[in-house]
Amino acid sequence: MSSTHVTCTINGDQVEFLCRGDQTLLDALRDTAGLIGVKEGCATGDCGACSVILDGRLTCSCLVLAPEAEGAAILTVEGMGGPDGLHPLQEAFLEGAALQCGICTPGFLVAGKALLDRNPDPTEEQVRYAVAGNLCRCTGYDKIVRSILAAAADMKEASEAKETV
Amino acid sequence: MKYIAPASVEEAVSILAGGAAQAYAGATDFLPQLQMGRPKPEQAVDLKRIDRLVDLRLEGDTWVIGAAVPAVRLTEEEQLAAELPGLVESAALIGSDQIQSRASLGGNLCNASPAADSVPAMVVDEGRAVIAGPGGMRTVPVASVVTGPGQTSLAEGEFVVEFEFDRPPARTSDAYLRFIPRTEMDIAVVGAGVRLSLDDSGRCTAAAVALGAVAPTVVRVPDAEEALAGRALTEEVLAKAAAASEAACNPIDDKRGTKEYRRRVAGVLTVRALKLAAARAADR
Ligand SMILES: Cc1cc2nc3c(=O)[nH]c(=O)nc-3n(C[C@H](O)[C@H](O)[C@H](O)COP(=O)(O)OP(=O)(O)OC[C@H]3O[C@@H](n4cnc5c(N)ncnc54)[C@H](O)[C@@H]3O)c2cc1C
Ligand code: FES
Ligand code: FES
Repeated sequence: MSSTHVTCTINGDQVEFLCRGDQTLLDALRDTAGLIGVKEGCATGDCGACSVILDGRLTCSCLVLAPEAEGAAILTVEGMGGPDGLHPLQEAFLEGAALQCGICTPGFLVAGKALLDRNPDPTEEQVRYAVAGNLCRCTGYDKIVRSILAAAADMKEASEAKETV
Repeated sequence: MKYIAPASVEEAVSILAGGAAQAYAGATDFLPQLQMGRPKPEQAVDLKRIDRLVDLRLEGDTWVIGAAVPAVRLTEEEQLAAELPGLVESAALIGSDQIQSRASLGGNLCNASPAADSVPAMVVDEGRAVIAGPGGMRTVPVASVVTGPGQTSLAEGEFVVEFEFDRPPARTSDAYLRFIPRTEMDIAVVGAGVRLSLDDSGRCTAAAVALGAVAPTVVRVPDAEEALAGRALTEEVLAKAAAASEAACNPIDDKRGTKEYRRRVAGVLTVRALKLAAARAADR
């Protein structure tokens, strides 16, 4: 079967890979790029475990064909932390015990980031809508929502501290 | 299945003319359907690399919305949301943020689900679909595209390029409400799209009512429209419109609701949507 050559940016790095026309971006990220933080829960758009930020928008990677990634910028959970350590959302999830088995966690983190990127000061209701496309079978929703709110507060405090320096 | 991303409408027409190819936009219906075992086409034709399909613009007095524009972009376009709030709120109801980033009006219409949220709104706003195919371009009312569950009037090789909506005149507005058993992420039990125009005294001069999820295709409710036209929106007149909506339903029984329940909800939603559209129209 013929392969398509794709060049894109994943977590800030330029990446090239070969994929088939019927392969999803989820499969290419996991099986070819080795980014196994991206999870498969349902493969039909319902659970959000495969969430990535694709060209600035939160997307289920199971609903994207891998060749569509040509020229795109993709962020997965692996790209959230930096050289200085974990992302504030990751810190807040640890602090708030916002996970049990952890399968849904990468998707919630990426969805949380997509929200905070466009709305740094969300209300609880806005957080709940922003993660409505993410399912957690261990039913940790309250802790997840509270941790996203805590991360938003931490990030606000950090940026205000920076401004006063 | 081969992936192809044509760069122009003409290129897409020639690829799709073979009959073994399937066009898609956000793939939020297309890929789940393949996952569920629908046969794969030989070629998956991604429409999102064609400029016209992902363009959203005001052309004179007409909004032109590319068939592959994702729903989130309708919400972000403030002037569109102010002028056609019912259309935009119907698209904004499609799925989660993840789905909003991808789901298009073209896919919502051509997937031909009876419960597709944007279709009643497109119908009451008298949207037109611009269709390209082997025989050239044609423009048809959105209401004529879906012919049954999963069935459209598109001929082999045809696809929707864009939708056109005339800007509403003064004191005219629309609304779309749907009822689902949860607050997010579910399929409509009933969806009600309405549009109405008011005169200076607040009397309704013209109305359009369309219901989703209560019949094999979206249904217009001419009896409700007649009951409203030329009248003040008194409780009595609204009750007539509700009764007409109930009578227009031809629903199914399923786990989301019985026939009787769906009929009743159709009447209630019609009235609520009319009140909302009337309040919006009075502000314009
Ligand atoms: C988790 C989830 C939640 C959802 N929630 C809702 C909801 O609340 N309400 C709702 O109405 N829908 C919902 N849907 C269904 C789906 O998201 C919508 O129908 C969406 O609008 C489809 O658009 P798309 O661009 O993804 O279509 P695609 O999947 O790309 O295409 C759908 C169908 O239309 C055809 N097609 C696409 N574009 C064209 C075109 N331009 N011309 C001709 N044919 C075309 C394709 O061949 C395919 O058969 C949901 C789906 C998921 C996965
Ligand atoms: S695996 Fe993509 S939404 Fe569940
Ligand atoms: S922590 Fe187990 S699914 Fe969410």
